[in-house]
Amino acid sequence: MNLELIVFLILAAAAVVSAILVITRKNPVTSALYLVLNFFIIAVLYLFLRAQFIAVIQITVYAGAIMVLFLFVIMLLNLGDDRLMKWKFNSTRTIASLMGLALLAEILFYVINFTTGAGLSPQAESIGTVESIGKALYAGYLFPFEITSVLLLAAIVGAIFLSKKQISDGPMEKGNE
Amino acid sequence: MIAIEALIKIVVLVVIILTIVAYLVLLERKISAYMQDRIGPNRVGPKGLFQPLADVLKLVLKEMIVPAKANKFIHALAPVISITVAVGALAVIPFANYIVIGGQKISLLIANVNIGVLYILALSSLGVYGITLSGWASNNKYSLLGGLRSSAQMISYELSLGLSLVGVLMIDGTLQLDKITMAQSGGLWNIIYQPIGFLVFVTAAFAETNRLPFDLPEAEPELVGGYHTEYSGMRWGLFFLSEYTNMIVSSALMVTLYFGGWSLPFVNYSALGANLAALVQFVTFFAKLGILIFVFMWVRWTLPRFRYDQLMNVGWKIMLPLAILNLLGTGAVMLALK
Amino acid sequence: MLTDYIPIFLMLAVGAVLGIVMGNINRILGPRRPTAEKLSTYESGMEPIRTARERFSVRFYLVAILFILFDVEIVFMYPWAVNFMSLGWFGFIEMLIFIVILLIGYYYVIKKGALQWQ
Repeated sequence: MNLELIVFLILAAAAVVSAILVITRKNPVTSALYLVLNFFIIAVLYLFLRAQFIAVIQITVYAGAIMVLFLFVIMLLNLGDDRLMKWKFNSTRTIASLMGLALLAEILFYVINFTTGAGLSPQAESIGTVESIGKALYAGYLFPFEITSVLLLAAIVGAIFLSKKQISDGPMEKGNE
Repeated sequence: MIAIEALIKIVVLVVIILTIVAYLVLLERKISAYMQDRIGPNRVGPKGLFQPLADVLKLVLKEMIVPAKANKFIHALAPVISITVAVGALAVIPFANYIVIGGQKISLLIANVNIGVLYILALSSLGVYGITLSGWASNNKYSLLGGLRSSAQMISYELSLGLSLVGVLMIDGTLQLDKITMAQSGGLWNIIYQPIGFLVFVTAAFAETNRLPFDLPEAEPELVGGYHTEYSGMRWGLFFLSEYTNMIVSSALMVTLYFGGWSLPFVNYSALGANLAALVQFVTFFAKLGILIFVFMWVRWTLPRFRYDQLMNVGWKIMLPLAILNLLGTGAVMLALK
Repeated sequence: MLTDYIPIFLMLAVGAVLGIVMGNINRILGPRRPTAEKLSTYESGMEPIRTARERFSVRFYLVAILFILFDVEIVFMYPWAVNFMSLGWFGFIEMLIFIVILLIGYYYVIKKGALQWQ
């Protein structure tokens, strides 16, 4: 066993533990923080794949942007711990659990059938840099890239639309000026 | 071996930076005093030179007060996040080129990674946590409001910060800060090509570091102390330390991106010998850094504070479009001249 | 390449240790005389009313959502910027289309007054 493998295994275990902590903590803010930790470990795992750009983007976008929104929502909706954690049986939850089980089965399938692959390609190091990603993205994947902007546009419009009602209610602003 | 070499460099750098921070506090008090026609701290040591020492002693000997209703763990975690993020960003800043010890070339850059600039941006996006969490964990209305305002402000200006430096990346074609320095050392500094980008960057950097005229998170008259109202002793000191370290990091980033880093025009470094050249570069870098930090302080004690709506408007409606225009303009000009 | 990142993690570790040590140093060096009054939440000398954790304006969430969307947009610009010269006019037009589509979204945001703080 070389050093890289040992560190990898420790990090993989840490990722699993932090993921479990996300769903077992009572306090939603603590849960969110463990998720941030999880994202951080995943970013390091990307580094092990020599994907430097993806690793740093994982932190900027997931830990630095998406989780900030999560935290805002959790902090400000201020649902009591008990209200959030009470297990109610409804159709959404049933479907979600079934889908979770399907995902688990899928992962198990691949884990059981795992054979040692060819390992990292010798070019992996040069592929993971910002420069080579740029070359691939803006030459080979032009169409998906432009479509992404339409997707983002749809998300912007959606976000505004959903909160439009509250925005027009001007006076609710007064509380925090 | 790599780890030991890196650790030595890190410890030396952290000691230097912490000392600088301690004296920046004194400098800021002196500058503000002179600007307001006062004398400033002058009792501890000759001309008040030992004042930072006294300040640290005072902070260290204070009682640690954690409000009974606070979330104890997160209350303790928040300042640690702030300082880790602030100190961590120093790792990719090239303060000088390299030195030679016993025939061995030792780079003075702590970590030379492909994604240098993005690493700093990633860390600054994590900086939001320190402030938001401290506000929430304190369970205090002023803290929460301060933390919230601050995070909304920081994420708004992060966009302009990220966009404004794209122009520099286009010119130099790399995210590595040492390569950006090298690219400028031969020719003109990037500030000549990127005046608008620099302006947006400076404004965003002021907002990111929560300093006046963007210091609403801690606007004393309305929010008592903002997110650190419920902090005392060294935990409060950590927020203070992070603020000043962030100021150094963003000034250092400005020096590297726009003012040629450690390089000076018309200096032939190879004629000096490696170690002397490194010393000259180091002094050059910190001289440039000092000038920018002075500007930070000058602005703080000159301009009044923005109102929150003005602040958000400036960020979203002026800085963001300006940064996009700058980016497109830079691109068009570069291609037309090619 | 992985070894390039060792110093970064060391730097972060040094920062964290610094934070943990300094954040707890007052436990050892400072006095310890807690009273109920001292540990109560500060509210300008008044008795604290209710909890601090109340609901806030939807605008804060909106800012956070818009931040994510524009942040993702900016992320696409770094790989483009470092290859800018080799991509040439073709790459420039590509990015122009991308930005224009998003500017439509930006215009919509401004027009709807979503960022109008009162």
